Amino acid sequence: MSFKIVVLAKQVPDTRNVGKDAMKADGTVNRAALPAIYNPEDLNALEQALRLKAKIEGASVHVLTMGPARAAEIIRESMYRGADGGFLLSGREFAGSDTLATSYALACAIRKIGPVDIILCGRQAIDGDTAQVGPQVAEKLGLPQITYAEEIVDIQGKNITVKRRLDRGVEVVKASLPIVVTVNGTAAACRPRHAKLTLKYKRAATPSELQEAGADYTDLYDSHPYLKINEWGVSDIDHDINWLGLSGSPTKVKQIESVVFTAKESKRLTAADGEIEELIKDLIANHTIG
Amino acid sequence: MNNIIVYLEIEDGIVGDVSLELLTKGRTLADQLKCKLEAVAAGYQLDSIGAQVLPYGVDTLYLADDKRLAPYTTLPHTSLLVNLFKEEKPQIALMGATPVGRDLGPRVSSALFSGLTADCTSLEIGTYEDKKAGKTYENLLYQIRPAFGGNIVATIVNPDCRPQMATVREGVMKKEIRDPKYKGQIKALDVAKYVQDTDFVMEVIERHMEKSKINLKGSPIIVAGGYGMGSADNFKMLYDLAGVLGGEVGASRAAVDAGLCEHERQIGQTGVTVRPKLYIACGISGQIQHIAGMQESSMIIAVNNDPDAPINAIADYVITGSVEEVIPKMIQYYKKNSK
Repeated sequence: MSFKIVVLAKQVPDTRNVGKDAMKADGTVNRAALPAIYNPEDLNALEQALRLKAKIEGASVHVLTMGPARAAEIIRESMYRGADGGFLLSGREFAGSDTLATSYALACAIRKIGPVDIILCGRQAIDGDTAQVGPQVAEKLGLPQITYAEEIVDIQGKNITVKRRLDRGVEVVKASLPIVVTVNGTAAACRPRHAKLTLKYKRAATPSELQEAGADYTDLYDSHPYLKINEWGVSDIDHDINWLGLSGSPTKVKQIESVVFTAKESKRLTAADGEIEELIKDLIANHTIG
Repeated sequence: MNNIIVYLEIEDGIVGDVSLELLTKGRTLADQLKCKLEAVAAGYQLDSIGAQVLPYGVDTLYLADDKRLAPYTTLPHTSLLVNLFKEEKPQIALMGATPVGRDLGPRVSSALFSGLTADCTSLEIGTYEDKKAGKTYENLLYQIRPAFGGNIVATIVNPDCRPQMATVREGVMKKEIRDPKYKGQIKALDVAKYVQDTDFVMEVIERHMEKSKINLKGSPIIVAGGYGMGSADNFKMLYDLAGVLGGEVGASRAAVDAGLCEHERQIGQTGVTVRPKLYIACGISGQIQHIAGMQESSMIIAVNNDPDAPINAIADYVITGSVEEVIPKMIQYYKKNSK
């Protein structure tokens, strides 16, 4: 019996640790100063996928990402961690997509992958923090969804039980497959599985990566088909061009500003006893404290 | 027709603060656009909802009262909104940037092909010029939100698709009653007309809601710690200081990520937005994403080793020194001088 798991993952700039050089003087983002990483919550999703794979006989994990050529990196990383393979959806037709156009493109690609039992993705990506693509993919595919998942508690036949995190509590819900599940950052972390896998998949590549490198591994890829990372362009998916990229995006960016806070005139103190006591007395006197 | 609709989040018969904040904002926008403010409540035993929300200036309250609509599950609430929106054609729809709103909003926007902007920090009405198409749009909703980890602020518009949808986090907008006697009408919806039986595919088996013990939003004094606190042990000093001052303890994302403090205390764009009378930032460098959540504090004291920490720029008092030294002294001199 086969059980197909698709993980939606995104390569993102690491916005969590931005330094002072993250923004250029002209107010645009200095991408060079931000390394591209595997979106953290997508790794939580991959972990849930790998756990299912370990539990369900015949299960396979396939990673789908949309992005530029170098986004193949995260498919390779997924393979190092235990995924069976992946699909890179790439092309200029997808440029300028908002969450709705992105989810349409991903939904088309998932249809092309074929019947899927479960689709997992991170709750949100750290570059946009919207948490919209998961539910929108589910709607486009006409599937139910479970968001903010912390743990897939059980899968029995066509039934899935999931624990999900709410603002002020937890909930356990039951639904039936196929389904889209978005995984919260509080779920288990994704630990690399086996160093052997890294060796096994080190040469996994997309056709355009091979071309770029001028590498001719034709024989190798014929004898080791698992090293091939699928690369799809717009012509590989069944689509309506009006729903892709800018034209498929109802939201438009009117303006971008870099954030500048108005500096106040601060009073500077040291840790000396006299200065701290004076400050505390002032705060008490003007009823800020006490 | 073409009004503003706010989706109400309801827990145990009580409308959430985030929804009341959105109604307050929605009322202002409706006044500007000269349209009506409407609200929709979906759940069970909703008799008291009218009294809770009409004072915020709600002109029409739609009630979808059905045992199966509580607790919230995705598909029935989605169908209800999608079909109601098709009928009423609101120009703007607002919901909380909560686990419910962020589960529901994208689903509704996808079904209606209408743009949705998550986690807005400001909503305004304005004009948009599409230079390429040579078209000018009047009275659009500016959906203003931080992006890129808070390093940029983007203004998003939805020129052609309706409703213009946005989610907003709790605590970002202010909540204010318009008129305790505001006259709005209540319309009960025939749920069967909006929601299909096949929508009830999700079964909620268990549900534990905790009353939050931490009240960051309501606290007049907040003592917050960052990664610079160094250790969980050092973090305890903040509880001591907050204890004597009668405040709450908050934290930056870096401190929470490092495991120094629980997530419920996180202040900033991805946490809670606060506006206390006094904010004491200890060992916080002041990443934009943190500052965005506390910059409206009346008074800010920054305690930091680094005389050039970004947070110092917005602080009223900058104490350059180690937290281990400064915090005990603050406690000591407060005890000595307060009566």
